Amino acid sequence: MEKDFAVVAEGLTRTFNDAAAHKKIYALRDVSLKIAQGRMTALIGPDGAGKTTFLRMCCGLLRPDAGSLLVLGRDVVRCAQEIQSRISYMPQKFGLYEDLSVQENMNLYADLHGIAADVRQKRFARLLRMTGLAPFTDRLAGKLSGGMKQKLGLACTLVRSPELLLLDEPTVGVDPLSRRELWEILQELVKSEGLTVVVSTAYMDEAELCDSVIVVHEGAVLTQSAPQALRNLAAGRCFRLQPPTGVPTRILQACLLDDKQRVLDAVPEGGVVRFIASDESELRDLDVYKYFAGLILTRVEPRLEDAFMLLLRERSGDKFNNESFPIDYRSGFSVGTDVDIEVRDLVKRFGDFTAVDNTSFNVRRGEIFGLLGPNGAGKTTTFRMLCGLLPATSGSLSVAGMDLRRARNQARANVGYVAQKFSLYGNLTVDENLHFYGGVYGLDDARLDERMRMVKEQFDLAGVGETPTEQLPGGYKQRLSMAAALLHEPKILFLDEPTSGIDPLARRTFWRQITALAASGTTIIITTHFMEEAEYCDRIMIQDQGRMLALDTPAAIRCQDGRHLPNMNEAFIAIVERARAAEKGKL
Amino acid sequence: MMNGFFTRLGALVKKEFTQLLRDRSSLLIGVVLPIMLIFIIGYGISLDVKKVPTAVVLQDTSPTAQDMVSFMNGSDYFEPRYVTSMREAVRLMDARQADAIVVVPPRFTQQLYQQRGQVQLILYGVDSVTATMIKGYVESGLMQWQQWMSLLAAADMGSVTVVSRIWFNEANTSTWYFIPGIIVLIMSLVGIFLTSLVMAREWERGTLEAIFVTPVRVLELALAKVAPYFCVAMLGFGLCLASAYYIFGVPVRGSLWIIILSSMLYLLVALSIGLTISALTKNQFLACQVSIIVSIMPVMMLTGLLFDLRSVPEWISAIGYVLPPTYYMQLLKTLFLAGDNWGLIVKNNLILLGYAILFMALAFKVTRKRLD
Repeated sequence: MEKDFAVVAEGLTRTFNDAAAHKKIYALRDVSLKIAQGRMTALIGPDGAGKTTFLRMCCGLLRPDAGSLLVLGRDVVRCAQEIQSRISYMPQKFGLYEDLSVQENMNLYADLHGIAADVRQKRFARLLRMTGLAPFTDRLAGKLSGGMKQKLGLACTLVRSPELLLLDEPTVGVDPLSRRELWEILQELVKSEGLTVVVSTAYMDEAELCDSVIVVHEGAVLTQSAPQALRNLAAGRCFRLQPPTGVPTRILQACLLDDKQRVLDAVPEGGVVRFIASDESELRDLDVYKYFAGLILTRVEPRLEDAFMLLLRERSGDKFNNESFPIDYRSGFSVGTDVDIEVRDLVKRFGDFTAVDNTSFNVRRGEIFGLLGPNGAGKTTTFRMLCGLLPATSGSLSVAGMDLRRARNQARANVGYVAQKFSLYGNLTVDENLHFYGGVYGLDDARLDERMRMVKEQFDLAGVGETPTEQLPGGYKQRLSMAAALLHEPKILFLDEPTSGIDPLARRTFWRQITALAASGTTIIITTHFMEEAEYCDRIMIQDQGRMLALDTPAAIRCQDGRHLPNMNEAFIAIVERARAAEKGKL
Repeated sequence: MMNGFFTRLGALVKKEFTQLLRDRSSLLIGVVLPIMLIFIIGYGISLDVKKVPTAVVLQDTSPTAQDMVSFMNGSDYFEPRYVTSMREAVRLMDARQADAIVVVPPRFTQQLYQQRGQVQLILYGVDSVTATMIKGYVESGLMQWQQWMSLLAAADMGSVTVVSRIWFNEANTSTWYFIPGIIVLIMSLVGIFLTSLVMAREWERGTLEAIFVTPVRVLELALAKVAPYFCVAMLGFGLCLASAYYIFGVPVRGSLWIIILSSMLYLLVALSIGLTISALTKNQFLACQVSIIVSIMPVMMLTGLLFDLRSVPEWISAIGYVLPPTYYMQLLKTLFLAGDNWGLIVKNNLILLGYAILFMALAFKVTRKRLD
C-alpha cells in the first residue's frame, strides 16, 4: 500500500529556536499526510506556514524533531543520501553559479548525476528548447534575467528524470509571462515522463493546475483534496459587485471588508469587486447598499483562492482592524488635479547598464500610483531616485514642488518611506524606534507623544511598546515600519514592496489602510510584484528591463488591442509580448 | 557507493578552477598579495634605521677630532651635516632635518690624551626605538675608531675594515628573519581566510542547497574545494621562496624538499581550519571575521613573527605553542637560516601532522549535507 505514495509523513514536528525571544517556534506541528505517486501535488499556504521546512525535510536537509517521514519508501534520517540521489529538488532561491555559463551550470549537474554523454545530448537539447535558453548557452548565469535564471534552475534540476521532483516556490518574483512558460515546461514533462511532483506555491492559479492541493497554515495541514473539491467549499457564496461610475473599486472593497459580519473576504479585480458572503440570505442587508446606489450584483463560480481565503479566515478569525482607519463612504472620491510628483525624461545608468530608461510621469495629490514589473524591471531604482536616495543620471524630478536635484532635504520632509526590508533598529523597543524617528523628523515632544499614541493605536501596536523590535512577528514589523513612516504626517508615502512576505489576510488589512490614507489626501507611491494589486491603484506604470511599457489606469491597461482581459496578469503578458515582438521587428 | 566518485569530483574541481580563474580576487589574494608583502617588508619594514640625518658640531677642529667622526662620511647609516655652531644644530633638529646631534667639545683632543675625552650626543627622542638605535650606531662607530687608534699603534690597518663590515652587515638579517614569517602568513591567509570565504559564499548564496540533493558526497565537496586553493597557496609559496632567494638573498641552508613537504603539511592544517570555520559560520562576513582572528592575528602576534616567543611573558608564549603556525614558523626559520636540524624537523612535522588529522576530522564532523 505504502508503495503507491511518494511521501508519507506521520506526526511530523519541527521547531526552531528563536534566540531573540527565548522560545521555540513550531515550523511544523504534528503533520500527517500522504502524497501519491505519478501526480502533481501543490503545497499552498501563506509565507511562514512551513512549506519550505517540509520540502527541506523531504530532501533530508533538515531533521524532524518528532514523527516519521518516508520518501520513496525510505526513512529521511537514515537514508538521506539514497533519497538525495534519487530525487531532484529546486530550492526557492536556486543557487546557480553566477560566474559559470548556462552550459557549464547544466554540465555540472549532469556530471553530479552521472549522466552518460549520449543521453545528455538529447536531454540538453530538449531542455534548452523548452526553456528558450538555447541561444544563451555561453552567457554567464549571473547575466540572465530573473525569469531566465529560474528556468535555468529548473533545467539544472531536470538534467535527468527524477523519481520525485520537489519545487519550492519556483515562480516567486518572476514575471507572469515567464511564470506561464515555466508551468508549460513542467506540465509537458509531467505528461511525457509521468513525474511525481510536489510544488509549493503562493499563486492559486498554479495550484489549480495540480491534481491535489494541500493547504498548510501555521505549521499544520488544514486540508488536502483535489482542487475541484476545495473550490466547492466556497460554492454559492462568491459574488461580484460592480461599482457605479466614479467610485473606485478599492473604496467599494474597503466598504465590503468593513462589513465584517456579512463579508468574509473582498478583493478588487477587473473593475469589479469579488467577495465571499458569510450567508447568502443576508446579501440584501449589506452595508454597501446604504452608501452607494446603482450597484450590480452577480453570482460567480468559486475559485481556489476563495476557498483558501475562507479556510484562513475560519482559522485565524477576525484580523481586520478597520475602525482606526475610518473612511467616509459618503464623500466624493475623485483625485484632485494638483501634481505632487513630476518626473520628466528620467534616466539612470550604472556603467553601461541602463537601469531606468527615459521615463516620464506625474502623480496627483491623493492618488495611489503603482510601479509594477518583475524583479529587475527597474522599479526599485526608480523608487530610490524619487526618494532622493540615488541621484539620477539625467532628467528632472520634483517631489511636493521641490526639485530633488537642489532641495533634497526639504523634499524629504514631506515624504514618508517604507523600505522593502525591515529597516528599524532591532535591539531598540517599539517606543524607542518611534521616538528616534520622531526626533529625526523634528517633531517636538508634545506633538511626538500625541502622534505616537495615534499611530500605535492605528497600527495595533499598543501592547508591544516595550518589546525590542527584533522579537516581533513579521506582521507587526510591517505595521511598525508603516507607523514610523507616518509619524510626521507626510503628504507623500513611498512604499517599496510592502506586501511581499506577509500573509494574504495581512495584505487585505494593509490595503484597507492604504485606501483610507489615500481617501484622506495622502499621495501613495507603491511598488509590487503582485500584478493583481494593481487593481487598488488609480494609475499604474508597468516597467520591464528598465523601460516604461505602459502608464494608465488599470481599466485602460486591461483593455489591450481592443480586447478586455479579465485580469492584470493577462494584461501584463499581452503588453510584454507586444513590446518584445516590436523589438524583434526593429531588429 | 564509490561509482561516479571521480566523475563527480572531476566536475566539482573543474567548476572550482573555472570560478577561480573568472573571479580574480582569489588569485589576487593568493598570488599578488604575497609578492607585495615580500617587497613591502623586504624594502620597507626592516627594523634597521638608515641614512640618519646627523648634525655634527666640531667645536674642536683638530685633525684627530675630524678623523674620529669621519666614520659617518659615506656610511649607509648616517647622513652627516657639519655645522659651525650649536645653535645651527638645534635649528636643524627643530626643523626635523636632524635626528641626532654629535658635539665634539672644545679642547677635546687635549682631554682625549688626558683619558677624559667626551663626545656629546643629543637624540630626537620621540621615536625611542630609532633613538636607541642611533645611539648604538654612534657608540659602535666611536668604539671602532678607538680600536682603530689602538691598532694604528700596531700599524695593522688591513684588519680594521673587515671588523667594521661585520658590524654593519649584521643589521641586514631582519629581512632574512621576516621572510619565513611572511611565508607562514601567506599560507595561513590563503588556507584559512580564502578557503573559508569561498566555502561560506556557497552556503550563503544557497548554491549548496541544490548541490546537496544530488548523489554528491561531503568528501567530494570538501576535496574539490581544497584542491584549487592548495594550488593557489603553493603558487604563492613558490613566488615568495623565489623572491626571497633571488632578490633578497635569503640563504636557504636546509633541504628544499623538506621545506616544501613541511609547507604542504601546514597547508593541509590551514585548509581544514578554513573548511571548519565556513561550515560553522555559513556566512561570508562572519567567516571573514573569524578567519582573520584565528589566522592573521595570531600568526603576526603569537607565533614569533614579530616578537620572539622566548622574550614574551610565559603565558603568551604558552598560547603561541598551542597554535600550529608556531611550529611551521620554527621549521622555516631553522631551514632557511640554520640548516637541516633533524630533531626539530621530525618533531615539528609530527606535531603538524597531528594537527592536520585533528582539523580534517573536525571539518568532516561539522560539514553535513544538512541545513540545520
